[in-house]
Amino acid sequence: MKAYFSILKLRFAVQLQYRAAAAAGLFTQFFFGFVRVMVFHAFYLFNTTIQPMSLEQTVTYTWLGQMVFRTLPLGGDSEVLGLIRSGNFAYELCRPLNLYFFWYCRLISKVAVSLILNGLPLLFIVCFLPQSYGLIAPSTASSVVSFSVSLVGALLLGCAVANIISISTLWTLSGDGVQRLLPALVMIFSGNIVPLAFFPEWAQPALRYLPFSGLMDIPFRLYLGTLPPAQVFTLLTLQLTCAGVFIGLGLWLLSSATKRAVVQGG
Amino acid sequence: MPQILVEDLRKTFKVNRRQSGFFNSLKAFAHRQTTTVNALNGISFNLEEGELVGYIGPNGAGKSTTIKIMSGILTPDSGKCEVMGRIPWRQRIEHVRRIGVVFGQRTQLWWDVPVGDSFDLLKDIYKIPFQQYQKTKNELVESLGLQKLVETPVRQLSLGQKMRCELAASLLHQPQILFLDEPTIGLDAVSKLAVRDFIKKINRERGVTVILTTHDMDDIEALCSRIMLIGKGKILLDGTIEQIRNRISPERIMTIDFVRTPPSIAFPGVNSVRGEDGRLELHFNPSVISATDLINRITANNEIKDFIIENLPIEETIARMYDEFKI
Amino acid sequence: MNAIKLYFKYINLHVRGQLQYRASFLILNIGNLLVTFIDFIGIWVLFSRFGSLRDWNLWEIGLFYGMINSGYAISEAFGRGFDLFAYQVNTGEFDRTLLRPRTTVLQVLTHDFQLTRLGRLMQGLIILIWASINLGIHWSTFKILLLLFAVFGGVMLFTGLIVLQATMCFWSTQSLEIINSFTYGGIETAQWPLAIYNRWFVKFFIFIIPLACVNYFPVIAILGKNDVLNSPVWFQWVSPLVGVLFLFLSIRVWEFGVKHYRSTGS
Repeated sequence: MKAYFSILKLRFAVQLQYRAAAAAGLFTQFFFGFVRVMVFHAFYLFNTTIQPMSLEQTVTYTWLGQMVFRTLPLGGDSEVLGLIRSGNFAYELCRPLNLYFFWYCRLISKVAVSLILNGLPLLFIVCFLPQSYGLIAPSTASSVVSFSVSLVGALLLGCAVANIISISTLWTLSGDGVQRLLPALVMIFSGNIVPLAFFPEWAQPALRYLPFSGLMDIPFRLYLGTLPPAQVFTLLTLQLTCAGVFIGLGLWLLSSATKRAVVQGG
Repeated sequence: MPQILVEDLRKTFKVNRRQSGFFNSLKAFAHRQTTTVNALNGISFNLEEGELVGYIGPNGAGKSTTIKIMSGILTPDSGKCEVMGRIPWRQRIEHVRRIGVVFGQRTQLWWDVPVGDSFDLLKDIYKIPFQQYQKTKNELVESLGLQKLVETPVRQLSLGQKMRCELAASLLHQPQILFLDEPTIGLDAVSKLAVRDFIKKINRERGVTVILTTHDMDDIEALCSRIMLIGKGKILLDGTIEQIRNRISPERIMTIDFVRTPPSIAFPGVNSVRGEDGRLELHFNPSVISATDLINRITANNEIKDFIIENLPIEETIARMYDEFKI
Repeated sequence: MNAIKLYFKYINLHVRGQLQYRASFLILNIGNLLVTFIDFIGIWVLFSRFGSLRDWNLWEIGLFYGMINSGYAISEAFGRGFDLFAYQVNTGEFDRTLLRPRTTVLQVLTHDFQLTRLGRLMQGLIILIWASINLGIHWSTFKILLLLFAVFGGVMLFTGLIVLQATMCFWSTQSLEIINSFTYGGIETAQWPLAIYNRWFVKFFIFIIPLACVNYFPVIAILGKNDVLNSPVWFQWVSPLVGVLFLFLSIRVWEFGVKHYRSTGS
């Protein structure tokens, strides 16, 4: 356990070196968020029909999405990818640690750092935006609590998905497919491109039970109060079950990949 | 006028200072500190056409900075450097057309395509006339034994094969100067010898000036007529291997196999180290006692089976040299 | 002329290299195609809820979207060498570039060529065709020429951005993301009609990073719409030239960067 904690600490220090990268990321996230907010403003301007979310709620959802964007599993751990590509993967096998959880731990630290270096400053900046361009405050204290709890669930789930992407690079061909497809599914079905509530009614039940809604949509609805705080434990169970399934899959994939590597001597 | 003229070359770099520890990295996040490093501290030398020079020094001494300046990649802070009458960093394109560079740890060949295709592309990059290209390529393929390799994609070559192809690639445009940065690194014994032979050959037959940096002292001993030692951004020594040997330590080693138990020897200027099985190793200074003198005095009272006289191993000399200059 | 000949030799070499991995090539292309369609699903979702965006319909957005993505896809395929430039600096490969008697721009441009990026082009073209069929545009020769010209201008502009991004590597390889917000963010911005944004934001994309000139203005001319920004019609027809100018200026900045690199050797 202590080893994993040291990894967390070390990775944290490493990422702090990339000061300019943090600033650049913050700018990017702000920029994207701002464009989307303006587009939503334009959509709502002459809108006459009833929408599933109000403009203010949509804008808030968009900003929350930008704050956690870097925690989404849109690629594997870049260092792990480098290790695999350069063939230094063999070293990793020599460590007296469970490789899966070693990588998982690195992802957690990456996600935590990006929340602190990107999410928090963005939250700070967004607070200064004029009304209806910025964030609305959560409805109740209990929605803040349920949001926070659910966000932790989202991060644990996200790292499990990201680890699948890392591990898939051990397969040349099918790995390529996974690396393209999985991030795309995450983008659309987490609610990152458009809040899930805007999707047609017939798609809603499916969207709710896809594991990807646990990455963004569930915590955000808890924040907005469109999901009652009391449901947080059911939802957290859902998120953690999905995370468990992805972790199980990852463990299995990694062990069969290492067996294969040993057999091939590669 | 010398082919390469370097005079009082200076170059400094700024590097980020990094301290370890969690709180230090937090501190560095807020405020970054840099330090200035003097990579070159006034370097001067001349090279004549056709020389084969070993440019040696420990890591970080300024070797690659000098090479980068001479090959036109880097602009120095001050000082003069003319190569074949040109200033490398001012007239980069004309300059690099006439030099060849091999980096032992990098490749200039295209990874996924056969070596021959890389050669063809280099022909276009360097605008080599077709006839001349064909002729040079055939000669190089012949003397490096690349006949079977030309059709192979680079990623399938062994390290030794790759290095032979690298050498050919850097000579296709018939450069007058060849910079070799650790050309034998990681090679097996056979490939090392092949590479050395080839370097010697192009230097002798085509009169190509070769500047070689290496950590392999056997390369130096096998190839170089002249050695330049750089340390802390300065040229510390410049001369032939013999001169450097004598300068650092004129010591010779005489190893003698005795028929019976070796006697103890106490002559001035001689240090003895006892070996096994009747063997004795004598380190002696030839200016105090000559080799003939020494062997005569020993054979006067002892029966010996065999003896050899050697120089101090080159590794040893260089290590002593680094030690002496504290670099 | 010799440079152009050499350029295509390089491209030929890359294509042959990539075709060796045929299966991977197909998977990547199909993957890219699918992934980029997902973006458009977001737009479709919003229109299914709102019906229109001010006085713009889904197909008009499709035209913006198709054009900007086609332009970007082409520049991404051809400008990949600049895109990966951070890697060339970090590994010292750029030193090799400086050792060859050719301009740095030509060599870096030819460092890589990514056939698989053309999946995005397919997607852009499919949406472009689908949109123009639904809009019932009468395609005169001039309009077709303007369309091609605008896409060409887009290629130039995006290539310019990629060159600028690469130039930043000479100072720091961390802050490249800033440019990402102008390339990816620019696509995000330009796939909607510029008229919907706040005016100061529009000015940025006309005068600083002139995306409007390769997308918004020519599309207005093709659709024959009234421009709420009041651009003169003749300007709508020549505006893609600005993209060429942008690339030219970017290359000047690049040359300055090379000079800096050669004095610091960082």
